[in-house]
Amino acid sequence: MATPTIKSPAFAQFLLRMGDNPLILGHRISEWCGHAPVLEEDIALANTALDMIGQTRMWLGLAAEVQGDGKSADDLAFLRDAWEFRNLLLVEVPNGDFGRTLMRQFLFDAWHAIQLGRLMKSADERVAAIAEKASKEVAYHLERSADTVVGLGDGTEESHRRMQEALDYLWPYVGEMFQSDDVDAEMVTAGIAPDPASLRVEYDALISRILTEATLTIPQSSFAHKGGRTGAMHTEHLGHLLTQMQWLQRAYPGATW
Amino acid sequence: MYAQMVKSEAAQEDPEQLAAFQARIDAGEKIEPKDWMPEGYRKTLIRQIGQHAHSEIVGQLPEGNWITRAPTLERKAILLAKVQDEAGHGLYLYCAAETLGVSRDELTEMLLDGRMKYSSIFNYPTLNWADIGAVGWLVDGAAIMNQVPLQRTSFGPYSRAMIRICKEESFHQRQGYDAIRKMAEGTPAQKKMAQDALNRLWYPSLMMFGPSDKDSVHSAQSMAWKIKMNTNDELRQKFVDQTVPQAEYLGLSVPDPDLKWNEERGHYDYTDPDWSEFFEVIKGNGPCNTDRLAARNKAWDDGAWVRDGLLAHAKKKAARRHAAE
Ligand SMILES: [Fe+2]
Ligand SMILES: [Fe+2]
Ligand SMILES: [Fe+2]
Repeated sequence: MATPTIKSPAFAQFLLRMGDNPLILGHRISEWCGHAPVLEEDIALANTALDMIGQTRMWLGLAAEVQGDGKSADDLAFLRDAWEFRNLLLVEVPNGDFGRTLMRQFLFDAWHAIQLGRLMKSADERVAAIAEKASKEVAYHLERSADTVVGLGDGTEESHRRMQEALDYLWPYVGEMFQSDDVDAEMVTAGIAPDPASLRVEYDALISRILTEATLTIPQSSFAHKGGRTGAMHTEHLGHLLTQMQWLQRAYPGATW
Repeated sequence: MYAQMVKSEAAQEDPEQLAAFQARIDAGEKIEPKDWMPEGYRKTLIRQIGQHAHSEIVGQLPEGNWITRAPTLERKAILLAKVQDEAGHGLYLYCAAETLGVSRDELTEMLLDGRMKYSSIFNYPTLNWADIGAVGWLVDGAAIMNQVPLQRTSFGPYSRAMIRICKEESFHQRQGYDAIRKMAEGTPAQKKMAQDALNRLWYPSLMMFGPSDKDSVHSAQSMAWKIKMNTNDELRQKFVDQTVPQAEYLGLSVPDPDLKWNEERGHYDYTDPDWSEFFEVIKGNGPCNTDRLAARNKAWDDGAWVRDGLLAHAKKKAARRHAAE
């Protein structure tokens, strides 16, 4: 399979979308460090965050290469402002309780696993290689988050109630994963990535199987917040996250760490 | 009080059995959980392994304090890997303690209500990014100094836990030294952070080896049992001797005006930490004691519904499996 020499801004946009999700979600789950309900969860959350930061380095590294303007993955992570981020809104919402954190993880992992599976067949070998490496990690994330969602959904009355509340709160952020725009159309044409809308059937089947097992009810509404992956409108939460994440790089420009 | 308790229990134990036990230890045999052991041996080990486990757990907090602010993706990944290791160490150690007949939950309750301690070092704050380097370099460095000899400790499960842990600790120290070296070689502001970190963490690191030998209550018996392999002052001296040249290499100054090489002894002469500060920290008056314990208590309390939920689910699942059979 030949690697097409795509240098289009659309390709860079796509790569930012892939890299910003694990960057922001990795940040969010690392906020749990030392505060999880049980030691095994501390370990698992740190491990998931570590995988996500590793994936970020690969995607943003490639994004920087494709942009070709001398920037590094670190420049992209630490020196862009909120409107330049291309992550899903889902991953930037605050952690809430442990139930919401794990529900968000599950809703994301399910999409992520399917998306990476498709990207393993990308016409761009670099994309395919990253997807292959990441998909092994994500298969494990999905197994864990699905198990936890089932365990807590079908646990006590309280854990069930909290998981249903988490699902209700997060559900409006699910639809954004399947929205397509011009960037996606270019990726489809170039054979680099699938049309996001085309993942929905598989996704719905996967999550409804797990959520049924968890005795949870998927909300009827199909309303979807949007703006994260296009950068048109993020939540208020992202800016606060960035002030923390980017602080050292902003306060001491030019230093190496 | 504790030493007395151990003594009075020992008085009721069969002297012949005790002598045979000591002979096994002297011969370098490992004691395994099912073997007979003096009550004092068991209790001292529970206290020591439990404290060590708690230290790994509470130790996540000062380092976790910087994960979300790590300055590069690589540093963030390294720090996450390290903190994950520390939680894993906690797990190995709780498992080793459980072989002595105390559950992880019991030990946790004792940490949370203050009956058990954790290393005093984690009651100091991490205030600038160089602290993360200094923690790896000094705190993990001191921990290695303590733990390497403990690989040969007499209690089998503890010894095996130490062997696993020591393998990972050397990476912790290296990454810390590397991080602070980058700062020491960096911009004037970075150098200032590195020196500030060393200034604040030097004496608390020396305290990690415990009080001076003349004030240490548990030493003699623990050394006979090979639960403790070296005295506090021996290890502290070794740490100073190893660390001072490293600080010099970094161009940082150790905050001890009286520090100097003693040709005759073949060691550095150094100033002891302020032991009154050490005992205040142990009593709960360190800069972060209240916050650290509050954070652990909150994690435990907020997590109760999660633990209950997962347990309830496991029971339901087992019952369903049972019904299907
Ligand atoms: Fe450790
Ligand atoms: Fe340790
Ligand atoms: Fe360590």
